[in-house]
Amino acid sequence: MRIPSVVAGVVLAALALTACGGDSGDAGEAKVPDDPAQVKGDLTYAIWDVNQQPAMQEIVKAFNQKYPNVKVSISLATFDQYFTKLKTQGSSDNLPDVFWMNGPNFQLFAANKQLATLDSLTEAKQIDPANYPKALNELYTLDGKQYGVPKDFDTIALWYNKRLFAEAKVAAPTAEWTWDDYKAAAVKLKAALGPKGIWASGDNLGNQANYYPAMLSNGGFVIKDGKSGYSDPKSIEALQFWSDMVKGGYTPSAAQNAETRSQDRFFDGKAAMMWNGNWVASAALKSRYKNDFTVVPLPKAPGGDRKTVIHGIANVMSAKPKNPQAAAAFLAFLGGKDAALIQAKAGAANPAYTGTQADFVDSAPQYNLKTFIEAADQYAEPYPVSKDTGVWNKLELDRLAPAFGGDKAMSEVGPAVASTMDEALGKEK
Amino acid sequence: MSRSRSADGKWPWLFVLPTFLGVLVFYLWPLLKTLYDSFTETGPFGGSTWVGAANYSQLAGDSEVYRAIVNTVVYTAIVLLGIPIAVLFANLLNRPGLRGAMVYRTLFFLPYVAMPTAISLVWRIIYNGEYGVLNQALGVVGIDGPSWITEPWFALVAVALLGLWMSIGFNMIVLSAGLKGIPGELYEAASLDGASRTQQFRAITVPLLTPSIFFLSVITTIAGFQLFDQLFALLGPTNPVMPSTQSLVFLFYDAAFVGNERGYAAAVAVLILAVVGLLTLFQFRFQRRWVSYD
Repeated sequence: MRIPSVVAGVVLAALALTACGGDSGDAGEAKVPDDPAQVKGDLTYAIWDVNQQPAMQEIVKAFNQKYPNVKVSISLATFDQYFTKLKTQGSSDNLPDVFWMNGPNFQLFAANKQLATLDSLTEAKQIDPANYPKALNELYTLDGKQYGVPKDFDTIALWYNKRLFAEAKVAAPTAEWTWDDYKAAAVKLKAALGPKGIWASGDNLGNQANYYPAMLSNGGFVIKDGKSGYSDPKSIEALQFWSDMVKGGYTPSAAQNAETRSQDRFFDGKAAMMWNGNWVASAALKSRYKNDFTVVPLPKAPGGDRKTVIHGIANVMSAKPKNPQAAAAFLAFLGGKDAALIQAKAGAANPAYTGTQADFVDSAPQYNLKTFIEAADQYAEPYPVSKDTGVWNKLELDRLAPAFGGDKAMSEVGPAVASTMDEALGKEK
Repeated sequence: MSRSRSADGKWPWLFVLPTFLGVLVFYLWPLLKTLYDSFTETGPFGGSTWVGAANYSQLAGDSEVYRAIVNTVVYTAIVLLGIPIAVLFANLLNRPGLRGAMVYRTLFFLPYVAMPTAISLVWRIIYNGEYGVLNQALGVVGIDGPSWITEPWFALVAVALLGLWMSIGFNMIVLSAGLKGIPGELYEAASLDGASRTQQFRAITVPLLTPSIFFLSVITTIAGFQLFDQLFALLGPTNPVMPSTQSLVFLFYDAAFVGNERGYAAAVAVLILAVVGLLTLFQFRFQRRWVSYD
């Protein structure tokens, strides 16, 4: 990972070589031909999760039964390097034909004309957005055009350790809990389990799992009409809730989380409850306490409302695929029911295709995973993004997370973050 | 010079051409390109517009840059301490008649050949404030250790100690070679004159090692200013201590790949190049005062 300045230079030089590439038309003319045998050639499919690689290979195998003359090679890069690599590839018009995309990066790629729209595929009925949750279609739509085929989705719920609650003689969480109940339970859990080195909450204090759902539940917002929601009084109340959890010693601070991830404490039986997504189900199954955990819906805000963000990966196609026909055929297949069912059976991800989640829910019956599916149906809001989400995500990480439990009140921190964020949003093009 | 240059014709050029091409394509061109980019605003997918010196005035007004320079200097200074330590160890290992010298040499060299990221991940566990072996050990002697990787100055020191530890092996190999080059007669003559081992070390060993020490200090300074991988892997990019611990190269990475400001990142890269260039020039200027090539 050493990046001497010369290597950096090489990267930057590579970027510049193609700077004059000009606007590209999208690969809109790429339709899937009627005769699958006609589709020939090689494809690259880029992904970042090694746990999901076997399922993706299964999907490729199934795809090849229908399209025997297309060779798909899967290219894996770890998440930390994935988007760095894609940006470099994109600057030299070398993007993989089909690849995974996430919410925070989507608009950056779409606005810079790196992605193909789904128009021709939806017109030809190869892909029907009605098959996926509405919030996910919205997440991958920019200026009225959809670019991504939702692959899977995740929402947030309350995970807790049944054994630790029983040990501390605290009543187990229910779907009727409010934030006050969460905090009251934390007080009791700390008194009973604290001396044994066990935390009341194993919350990571991350945006997606912790403060976004809290801000939305409380009637606040993260971003609206290009403005930051961190100065909104309702948002600030939600932030203060988390800050108080840290201050009371119920939730590990950002520094403690950086040393030992709070969710690892939870899975190691060293924390009793946390807000987290369905993506941790596979980590839960690997824990030696795997039968102690279960899930209920998030506690409600004082106003009685409950919201979660919904996020999901989408499959997208490069604006300049080397083999448009084969890429379109593969993308359409990835968006279909067969591919969704393969994913669900593998238990690695919760498929976005409506009605295919049963296998995922059954992959861990003890966790009540249908809570996450119901959340998506009933009280989920799209994951907040803008054209250059990464910039203010970094701000949240640097300025907001460390302030939880600190001496400054959130009524002071929030507006300060908001003004810097608004400045960054103003610079977006 | 026994033969004039013209007598060789174009042959020498032909022989250096492969190397020269490599230098041209992988060093010189990117260097010039980076310099050019530093005067532009370059988006995440290319496409640049000329903005003059705007990136440099942003650089001058960015308090993070000053903090990063201080951090990088502190890191480099601590890692430079590895040179005197390596001189002592190399001297011990080169004592005539030492058993198993090769085993020790291999052990000292191992950290240098291992992957920095892998080592950093192991040290992350060692440094852990609650469960780490380091604080357990300190606890035995009654010291309540800090959270090494999440407290501002401790985190920087923790990264630097790791860098120092990793550098010792390479330093020792270079110094051992230097030691082998010192003629044995000098020591014989000195002991005949009644010089003690310490006196011999100070009057013969150290002065005759100065060329190696000079080489190491130049190399270590350059490497120190390129601090990135240990910092990234040991502390983690989401560590709240990062804003106050980041190095210049980390700042570059952040600007280029997180902030998507490639023009500004190029300006940071040029700054790093300028600082390293100046320091190296400075070292070469002052070597005459203390390096002996006799």
